[in-house]
Amino acid sequence: MIVDGLAGTRIFVTGATGFVGTALVERLLRCVPDVQLTLLIRDGRRTTAQRRLEREVLRNDCFDRLRGELGADGFAEVAARVRAVSGDVGSDGLGLDDDGRAALSEADVVIHSAATVAFDSPLDRAVEINLMGPVRIAETLARLGASPHLVAVSTCYVAGNRRGAAPEEPVTANPFFADLDWRAEVDAARRTRADVDAESRTPERLDEFRARARSELGPAGGPLIAERTESLRKDWVHDRMVTFGRSRATSVGWPDAYAFTKALGEVALTRTLDRVRSEGGPDIGCTIVRPSIIESALAEPRPGWIRGFRMAEPIILSYARGLLREFPGVPEGVIDVIPVDLVVAAIIAAAAEGAAAAEGAAAADSPGIVQVATGDANPLRYQQLVDRVRDWFTERPLYDRNGQPIVVPDWTFPGRGRVEGQLRRATSVLERAERVVAALPLRGTAAQWGAGIEEKREQARRALSYVELYGAYTECEAVYGVQRLAELDSRLSAEDHELFTLDPRVIDWDRYITEVHLPSVVAHGRARSSPSKRSATARTDRLRAQVLAPERQMAVFDLENTIIASNVVATYSWLATRRLGTADRVRFVGRTLLEAPALLAQDRKDRSDFLRAFYRRYEGAPVEELRQDAAEHFSDLLLTRSFPDAVRRVRRHRELGHTTVLITGALDIAIEPLAPLFDHVVCARLGTRVESTRSGPTEVLTGHLEEVPPTAEARARIIVDLCSELDLDPRQAVAYADSSSDLPMLEAVGFPVAVNPEPRLASIARKRGWLVEDFGSDFGHKVLPMGPAWRERRTGRRLA
Amino acid sequence: MLFHHGEQLRLERLPAERSRIIYPPEPLAGLDDPDQAIRDALENPIDSEPLSALLFADMRLTIAFDDISLPLPQMRRPDIRQRVIEAVLDLAAEAGVTDVHLIAALALHRRMTEEELRHAVGDRVYDSFAPRGQLYNHDAEDPDGMTLIGTTRHGEEVQISTRVATSDLIVYVNINLVSMDGGWKSTATGLSGYQALRHHHNVHTMRQSRSFMDRESSELHRSNWRQGEVLRDAGIKVFQIETTVNNDLYGDGPLKVLAKREWEWTTRDRATFMAAKAGLDRLSPAQRRRILHGWRAPYAMTSVQAGEVEAVHEVTTRHVYDQQLVPVEGQTDILALGLPYICPYNVNSIMNPILVMCLGLGYFFNLYKGRPLVREGGVLIMSHPTTPEFHPVHHPSYIDFFEEVLAETTDPLVMEAQFEERFATDEWYRHLYRTSHAYHGVHPFYMWYWGSHALEHLGGVVVVGGDPATVRRLGFRPASTMSDALEIASDVVGRQPTITYFKNPPLSMVDVT
Repeated sequence: MIVDGLAGTRIFVTGATGFVGTALVERLLRCVPDVQLTLLIRDGRRTTAQRRLEREVLRNDCFDRLRGELGADGFAEVAARVRAVSGDVGSDGLGLDDDGRAALSEADVVIHSAATVAFDSPLDRAVEINLMGPVRIAETLARLGASPHLVAVSTCYVAGNRRGAAPEEPVTANPFFADLDWRAEVDAARRTRADVDAESRTPERLDEFRARARSELGPAGGPLIAERTESLRKDWVHDRMVTFGRSRATSVGWPDAYAFTKALGEVALTRTLDRVRSEGGPDIGCTIVRPSIIESALAEPRPGWIRGFRMAEPIILSYARGLLREFPGVPEGVIDVIPVDLVVAAIIAAAAEGAAAAEGAAAADSPGIVQVATGDANPLRYQQLVDRVRDWFTERPLYDRNGQPIVVPDWTFPGRGRVEGQLRRATSVLERAERVVAALPLRGTAAQWGAGIEEKREQARRALSYVELYGAYTECEAVYGVQRLAELDSRLSAEDHELFTLDPRVIDWDRYITEVHLPSVVAHGRARSSPSKRSATARTDRLRAQVLAPERQMAVFDLENTIIASNVVATYSWLATRRLGTADRVRFVGRTLLEAPALLAQDRKDRSDFLRAFYRRYEGAPVEELRQDAAEHFSDLLLTRSFPDAVRRVRRHRELGHTTVLITGALDIAIEPLAPLFDHVVCARLGTRVESTRSGPTEVLTGHLEEVPPTAEARARIIVDLCSELDLDPRQAVAYADSSSDLPMLEAVGFPVAVNPEPRLASIARKRGWLVEDFGSDFGHKVLPMGPAWRERRTGRRLA
Repeated sequence: MLFHHGEQLRLERLPAERSRIIYPPEPLAGLDDPDQAIRDALENPIDSEPLSALLFADMRLTIAFDDISLPLPQMRRPDIRQRVIEAVLDLAAEAGVTDVHLIAALALHRRMTEEELRHAVGDRVYDSFAPRGQLYNHDAEDPDGMTLIGTTRHGEEVQISTRVATSDLIVYVNINLVSMDGGWKSTATGLSGYQALRHHHNVHTMRQSRSFMDRESSELHRSNWRQGEVLRDAGIKVFQIETTVNNDLYGDGPLKVLAKREWEWTTRDRATFMAAKAGLDRLSPAQRRRILHGWRAPYAMTSVQAGEVEAVHEVTTRHVYDQQLVPVEGQTDILALGLPYICPYNVNSIMNPILVMCLGLGYFFNLYKGRPLVREGGVLIMSHPTTPEFHPVHHPSYIDFFEEVLAETTDPLVMEAQFEERFATDEWYRHLYRTSHAYHGVHPFYMWYWGSHALEHLGGVVVVGGDPATVRRLGFRPASTMSDALEIASDVVGRQPTITYFKNPPLSMVDVT
């Protein structure tokens, strides 16, 4: 039936880049002779639909078998039977051009498998794709006057929250179906998006986002804060839409927006087809295929093949990594899992039958509904699944970062409420710890420890979201009937049976879990399954080698806490006390300590303002005296507190022929002795004037900066300008900095390096995979460094 | 047995029947009136006119003095240099000399800080000369401040501070802590630069100096003496003042226990030792350093002599030997050393791994006359924590030497050929040497060369209680306890080796027959 029914037909497929879609395309090409496929693929941001077909579909390891069987030439021949048309089920008319419309109208069968399968999709997106997608297909076909057979992939969970039998019947036949007007739901979802978007733009909300961006990035400068604020706003809108989706779904009896929109999608499709038919349009036959939870392949194209990270995988890996200690569920409950190849076989069988019906053979009732599930015919109990998983990981544990095996916890089958409560508490404790760590003046290793907490919090939050999202599924006690699937199977010919298996009874669950699914999950999740410690250090080594490659052209260094463990306040304090007597020193310390909190706060807020205000203190300071003292300050403060590894790194870059640049807000006079280490120094400069003193006219500082201090976004500008001046490429530049206020500078170059990062930068560096260097601790540890007491008895105050 | 272990102390057991211990001699009595002795020496010099006769009103007078590397540990105030310089300045004032410069003759060592200079010359001298720019550190990299005097008959260049070259008289003030110090080495090395020093601070010379503590057998000194001749022939007039001190490091206070022989320890000594050890063990390395480097030894001056360089030096060396020389019969299979917290190059600083090598294989190994204390192919066991810590201001080139050179090779000949030039001429190191307080870029190489005779002579080096990775980087073998070290050494010297524990400090020198 299948082979001869579909041989030589033209099939139009949506959702080909997805899990089911990819397997479907591969299966059709491999098992159905001469079939012609047209795939509806959305253009990527920078790629065309055709390019996505090649890269995301044909190059997937799903096709390895076919490629192996046919060789490169044979495969190219087969691949020529597939083409992509650009379009999008999310836009009206499917966004097709003439060519695409022609392809669609010529199709014998249309298989619609495009969906947003994330259970936490925003409401409007789920509605546009899952609900409106099928409607748009039907309407486009009607407009084209085409009547291919339509196979729509849905989900068993359209049955909603219920216990007991869920037969293969239309959603509307469900006695518990709240009679919803799908059009009203679509309108409501679109309206909600507009409302939420409007709310996100109110001043109150924007202030909130801005405050959060500031606390995340610190004094990173205007443009970056603005960028982050906008992305926080978008995230907020997204999260709100997800919440709206979940609430709406639960309020009308579905576990989440996915099942809800899929259910309404079925209703809408059926009603649209009926309307088209009643308005005299083409009679489009339709089969709805409802799989349950689709997991890795049982046998085709190879055991364990999987694409993307689906529902069970992250949960299983979180458990194996010891992150998820509990997951709600009833031990005797049924977990309805179905291997992808069975789903694909069912879809193809339904398509073949539909195609035959469209040619005038026995007309099945429309739409036909086929459920592809195991709960009825061959149930997998939650207890069995958990036991197998635990046994498997006990024998083959995953390894932590230090190469130690992770012991998997015992599963106690707690209720959902309890697990959620635990996770919520853990998350909030970790969030608090994270805030505390972020507020502490930590550096380097300690700050990375802070990043560790952030990682833990992230894990706990993810675990919580799994429980919230999927908990309903492990607790679902509906049993999905597969009567029609069995009938469909029985109508297959012997030849079909050789190629296509759709009977769920063939699954040996123990074997499937331990030999097929888990190995695939571990391999796919790139989990650490051997006790080697190397990968982390290997990564650092690789990044370091990139940074120190001869083809880099420039290395830019921040000063404070990157090369030396000191700051402008320390320098000021040192210089200011250099010529003070003991009593004045004590007064100075007292005054400075009193001012410290205000200074710190200002520094955190805006570095430029801070420097501008702080440097006023140098007003009236004699330049020559400062210069003399700066030489001493160089040894006593700067070098004493320097990181030898950092100094060596600067020299290493120089040896490699890179242009070395120091960018700092420190004062030119104070850092003059460091200048020979670099090719260029960009720093703050104060104006001077001549004053007459007892010892004649003396050059003194005005306390006013001569130009904008090189901080935050100004540094990015400086790097770009310097590069164009020297004819260098910023993409070939390396930048070293320690704090998130240096983000613009780090982002301006191709190779950013976080040095002894403070917590915020540590977190950013970890997320972006930047090289993190720990240039070690410094030698001196004075809270408030002071110049050595002036022994020659002509002390006097010089600085305010 | 008490072993120095860097900034800490350890007690170790040595196999009774096969071990011997060399203790330093008791401190000699000091001079009753050092100031009078100094004045006498200046007025009755050896092979020279009295100093007062050499001074005249319009002369250029330069007083050079030993830097922070002498004596170890620093001595209590007043420093001998202060006494001598004040006496010289009194005479200069009487003669009406106004053009006087005082130079710390530090060669390629780090510049001394104000505090250190004040300690060496005294506040009165410092305050009168430093503000006017007449008291300063020698700068061997000053492009306008060094003069090439000539070359020796062996082709060695002779270079000296221009101020010295253009002075009518140089008065050099020495503290001869060990027999290596003084003589022509004071001027030819202390006031010179890389261009001249490389002719004797190299592997070949050091291997031919057996030992460099014994002038007659030291190629290092022969080379310096040749350079001295060139200086003399060029008309540079040096009035040499050399002084010796006894080996009284600890005075009569509770720390005297450290200088006592263990079998003479009283209960009170034991208690003092336990308290000192426990106290030190509990402190952080930085605190330990602060305390130990703060210690000022009560040395007494045992002699002072002035006049012609070589003649003076003969007398001085005799005085040094009087205090330090210990006759020893026969060599040993294993030489055991407890390395203290200080060596000439880490005063007020950190004893980094390279200095550990230099103190053990350079200085202590070479404290011999005749034959090395340990036989050829024998093993040296040193007790020191050998942590990879470096002073960022004082030893910047050491850090790079450790990371870049020692990672490649521990063979002094290879490093001399491949790396020395680059470090010696590095602009950044030069900048730090001249403006900050860093040892010259080439200095770590000299430290390594100092041990090259020992490296060639020994069959192995084991470091007890050292950081294993660091010890291996140095090319030595780490051991956690003395018995492990002896076990490791037995691979080289057999199961029943003879062991000699050379207890230093207080410093002594062996005359091995």
